[in-house]
Amino acid sequence: MTVTHLSKMRLWLPHSPPIFLNRETLELTVAITSAVTYAFCNKKVGSTALDFDIVIEKNARFMNQYFLLIACLQLWSLITPVNPASTWGPLIFIFAVSATKEAWDDYNRYLSDKKANEKEVWIVRQGIRKLIQAQDIHVGNIVWLRENDEVPCDLVLLGTADPLGICYVELKGKTTAALDGETDLKTRMIPSACMGIDGVIECPRPDKDIRRFDANMRLFPPFLDNDVFPLTIKNTLLQSCYLRNTEWACGVAVYTGKCNETKLGMSRGIPEPKLTAVDAMIDKLTGAIFIFQIVVVIVLGVAGSVWKDTEARKLWYVQYPKEGPWYELLIIPLRFELLCSIMIPISIKVSLDLVKSLYAKFIDWDDQMVDLETGTRSHAAKCCISGRLYGNENGDALTDAELLNAVSSGSTDVIRFLKVMAICNTVIPVQSKSGEISYKAQSQDEEALVRAAAHINFNASLIQYEVLDILEFTSDRKRMSVVVKDCQSGKIFLLAKGADEAILPHSYAGQQIRTFAEAVEQYAQLGLRTLCLAWRELDNDEYQEWAVMFKEANSTLVDREWRVAEVCQRLEHDFEILGVAAIEDRLQDGVPETIETLRKAGINFWMLTGDKQSTAIQIALSCNFVSPEPKGQLLMIDGKTGDEVSRSLERVLLTMRITNSEPKDVAFVVDGWALEIALRHYRKAFTELAILSRTAICCRVTPSQKAQLVELLKSCDYRTLAIGDGGNDVRMIQQADIGVGISGREGLQAARAADYSIGSVSGTSLFNSVSLMAYNVFYTSVPVLVSVLDKDLSERTVMQHPQILFYCQAGRLLNPSTFAGWFGRSLFHAIVVFVITIHSYAFEKSEMEEVSMVALSGCIWLQAFVVALETNSFTILQHLAIWGNLVGFYVINWIVSAIPASGMYTIMFRLCKQPSYWITMFLTVAAGMGPVLALKYFRYTYKSSKINILQQANVWEGQFLLWGT
Amino acid sequence: MSSGDGSSEPSSKISKISKKPRYSRFTQQELPACKPILTPGLVITILISLAIIFIPIGLSSISASENVVELVDRYDDVCIPSNSSNHDEKIGFIQDAATNKTCFRTWIVPKKMNHPIFVYYQLDNFYQNHRRYVKSRSDHQLWSPKSERATKLCEPEAQNDDDKPIVPCGLIAWSLFNDTYRFSRNDDAIEINKKDIAWGSDRTKKFGSDVYPKNFQTRGLIGGAKLNESIPLSQQEDLIVWMRTAALPSFRKLYGRIETDLEANDKITIEIQNNYNTYSFNGRKKLVISTTTWIGGKNDFLGRMYMTVGGTSLFFAIAFSILFVIKPR
Repeated sequence: MTVTHLSKMRLWLPHSPPIFLNRETLELTVAITSAVTYAFCNKKVGSTALDFDIVIEKNARFMNQYFLLIACLQLWSLITPVNPASTWGPLIFIFAVSATKEAWDDYNRYLSDKKANEKEVWIVRQGIRKLIQAQDIHVGNIVWLRENDEVPCDLVLLGTADPLGICYVELKGKTTAALDGETDLKTRMIPSACMGIDGVIECPRPDKDIRRFDANMRLFPPFLDNDVFPLTIKNTLLQSCYLRNTEWACGVAVYTGKCNETKLGMSRGIPEPKLTAVDAMIDKLTGAIFIFQIVVVIVLGVAGSVWKDTEARKLWYVQYPKEGPWYELLIIPLRFELLCSIMIPISIKVSLDLVKSLYAKFIDWDDQMVDLETGTRSHAAKCCISGRLYGNENGDALTDAELLNAVSSGSTDVIRFLKVMAICNTVIPVQSKSGEISYKAQSQDEEALVRAAAHINFNASLIQYEVLDILEFTSDRKRMSVVVKDCQSGKIFLLAKGADEAILPHSYAGQQIRTFAEAVEQYAQLGLRTLCLAWRELDNDEYQEWAVMFKEANSTLVDREWRVAEVCQRLEHDFEILGVAAIEDRLQDGVPETIETLRKAGINFWMLTGDKQSTAIQIALSCNFVSPEPKGQLLMIDGKTGDEVSRSLERVLLTMRITNSEPKDVAFVVDGWALEIALRHYRKAFTELAILSRTAICCRVTPSQKAQLVELLKSCDYRTLAIGDGGNDVRMIQQADIGVGISGREGLQAARAADYSIGSVSGTSLFNSVSLMAYNVFYTSVPVLVSVLDKDLSERTVMQHPQILFYCQAGRLLNPSTFAGWFGRSLFHAIVVFVITIHSYAFEKSEMEEVSMVALSGCIWLQAFVVALETNSFTILQHLAIWGNLVGFYVINWIVSAIPASGMYTIMFRLCKQPSYWITMFLTVAAGMGPVLALKYFRYTYKSSKINILQQANVWEGQFLLWGT
Repeated sequence: MSSGDGSSEPSSKISKISKKPRYSRFTQQELPACKPILTPGLVITILISLAIIFIPIGLSSISASENVVELVDRYDDVCIPSNSSNHDEKIGFIQDAATNKTCFRTWIVPKKMNHPIFVYYQLDNFYQNHRRYVKSRSDHQLWSPKSERATKLCEPEAQNDDDKPIVPCGLIAWSLFNDTYRFSRNDDAIEINKKDIAWGSDRTKKFGSDVYPKNFQTRGLIGGAKLNESIPLSQQEDLIVWMRTAALPSFRKLYGRIETDLEANDKITIEIQNNYNTYSFNGRKKLVISTTTWIGGKNDFLGRMYMTVGGTSLFFAIAFSILFVIKPR
């Protein structure tokens, strides 16, 4: 994180604190005394400049450059074998379509930006409220907002209507609306020192991380004693949030829409040129085809030139000029290049865009999908307090009479346990109008705990605690703590909760942690998620000393997260373990079935979870993720040291290699520690393992490990789809080819990251595992149109490579081996069409127009049957598309044949009257499809015997689904 | 957990405002679908039915092709003075306008040939599909006298030396085939009907009835046949036939029809005017007479292919059945 650029601003407040309520009447002078100023530019919100350089932009990709080259070559009439319109038409059409789309998007963006720019907001200047347009807000202005106002730019809170300086914001994720209108309420507080200020806010350079804001507020005299206050994201109001449950709030603008430097603007506004997997693969394969094409062109070009010089000069009827121009040598290769240019069809781009947006639409539309994915629901189920287990086999601890008794009898351990449950969290209680209290939590576990605690009524009357510090949860620390002060006794406590391995080792010397460890194990066996609760009483001195350090750490601008964690470590030791709470993480209905189906579909699943190993295995079993013995087998990779891990990795690999020949479900289980070692030192072996195994469970993994795993799988040419709902899945989702953020209860962060990452890719969610769906409909219509347009291509080439056009489209351009398969098949079909046509239309029938039409019809027929064979499920749409194409081909050609001026006048009628034409078509289809059908059937039926041979290199369907929990 | 449900209320309200379209089977991808699976039964049935359909068609094609009586005679190598053995002499012979190029061939008809009998000339190694050649014509000029000067595509045979447009222009017309044949049986001339040998559509829609040849073959280099300038293009059927360019370097073009039956063992004498130069490029010239059936001329290819495909299907059907019996999976 760079902090070289500090924007400093000075807030000067003559009156002294505490004055929240009439803050708006105060005179606030804001001066920017930037020691290091950075240039504020004068642009308005957004990037509304309409792109007129779309053509250039579009051509950034290889394919587009290629098409443009071809189109330009075609303008050279000396070499063009076809009417230039056959390339230019589609090209112009394609560019027109995408340019229109982009212009429309830009226009809409412009409108919404304009609206945002011209919205009127209150700012406080010289103590007077003024209405100005949002675009005129400058850094350092004090912005005043009322309830339900949208925040116009990033603000640091200065005051709110609430005496404690708290306000609530709701982030209405614009982009998440597509999923289901996710909302989330968050607390925001004014900085504790901000009771009246004359100071400078030092904030880092704007970035797009909407979860962090590592800034400081430096106060000027008279507040010398505590001159630096940390500012965090909690003290900010980010752009596009809505102010809720607070009458008013005001804050100083730190990042404004100018230069689009608000956090939201940055996270949204920079379009990442992240190509999807399909795009990338297509570009790769296009490159491959291009190379093939170049080879063909060179070979044929040389042959053609030689033939021309030796033979063609003898053809008196051609009248070759004796001396050609200097570039004569180039002409024949270039002509071949143009003829071969249809190997990479222009329409592929349009088809792809079309397919992408259609799939995105379908996903959006799909009710079921949302239903299935709305995540898990958790509720506290069982607990173990000081060695006693509450909650019987099936029952909830909450209904356990024993626990209730213990509560009512005032058992100290139980009470403490419940206190920690109730206090040690970041849950926001929200009282609705009807008086009901609901809880807004960032984590569903917390919510469950708090609700459970609320459910068990305390006997004691109101106990007041003052929360002094919150040692926040991070996924690396795996625990959170709060420092509270008992308002009655004045004692200071540290309350902590966290994962067992983050809490249990930190217990005070001498405490028996075995029972807790056992309880954890036991709960984990049941597939419950466990949390350990602990506490410690703090000395006042100890706390004071620590608090200083904590504050210091919190106000660092560099590596704040890490330093804070380090400081927290100093306090979090010698815990007295209170107990273990177990939370049931219920799977949604239908999840097992879905997973089963997807696994059958050949999708490889990896479950990446922060849960304990046994919990993870239980969950995996319960959702059909792995099959139970004896059908399935779980292989453990564990070990504490490098050697151990290496050995167990080797062992698993060995087993994996052997068992892969059996139809057995083998999955491996690896925990975070071993994974770390494996990834660091035995990457190669682990990669092989990753390729071999279809299922894996990785438990106790950190977010960065999740991301690393995704990267690893991506490097093996797998396409990864990461699904996650938790905040710690964010990085993984961003890393994966397709990130799906699920907006469950917990899921705001994940959904936000996913949606932002998706949103910044292209504005639609991309779902690339196309092979699962019937994709054929969309692929065929355009190529046929193109082939019809291309009909006047020189027949020799049409006949040589007619299929490539189509196969480039329909082929699962997803991995090179399937592509090679398609390529071979298309070559076979090309040969079939060519040979049959020239032999059945030989001699007296060898009329150019007729022969070319016979060849073209042959291609169309074959294409229809290939698509039909590859279609997995026929709905009316598929039938329409496949057979409609065929009919359409004839109709169009009949129409063209009826026009006297056209080159193919009467040709189609003439052909359709000849029995030999139909016989030829029939033959073409049978000869082309018969072998393909037989091969496909053979593969399909005797796949299992085949698989052994292919095992080593076989990337089965080549898809991975990573499931973050 | 009763209190828990209250919290989800407000969010559920918001989620109502979603962009989902109205439920339809299309948007939910729930259209009724049939999912054919390549079961052994299906595949074997397909293969067997292929065999059942293909073998009869193949047989009838072969028999149709067998019924065609076709006589082919290559004459370019024999209709040349025997002393001109080397290449240049042949070319010299054919390019010399003064020499007598008449040549007689005698055929014995092997089988009865029913009329109409089609007379073709066949050229081998003649690239009518050459790029320069194919493009070198002007359809506008052929159709309308007004487009007489539309000769841009016809280079290098667009204009004569006086810059007058050539009608019909272009290399194709210029290289019009000019060998002629005269058939006789026992010294009785057999009439060859040269009417309606071109496509009707060409005669009525492509070649104008008011377009007459002009300045044709008047340049220094003479390609092929000359045209009678008093006959409109629509009636120059040899030209029309020639201008339907062939897709392959071996092709036959219709010369005319014999409207009488030829009996077996008839002795036919053909008088050939061997004018056309194929010696420069080692092309071959053949004279073909042939009857037709429903399948067209003699063509064994289709029948054989049908038999092959049918036979292979049958073989695979049997092989798969056996395989299925031995090893179902």
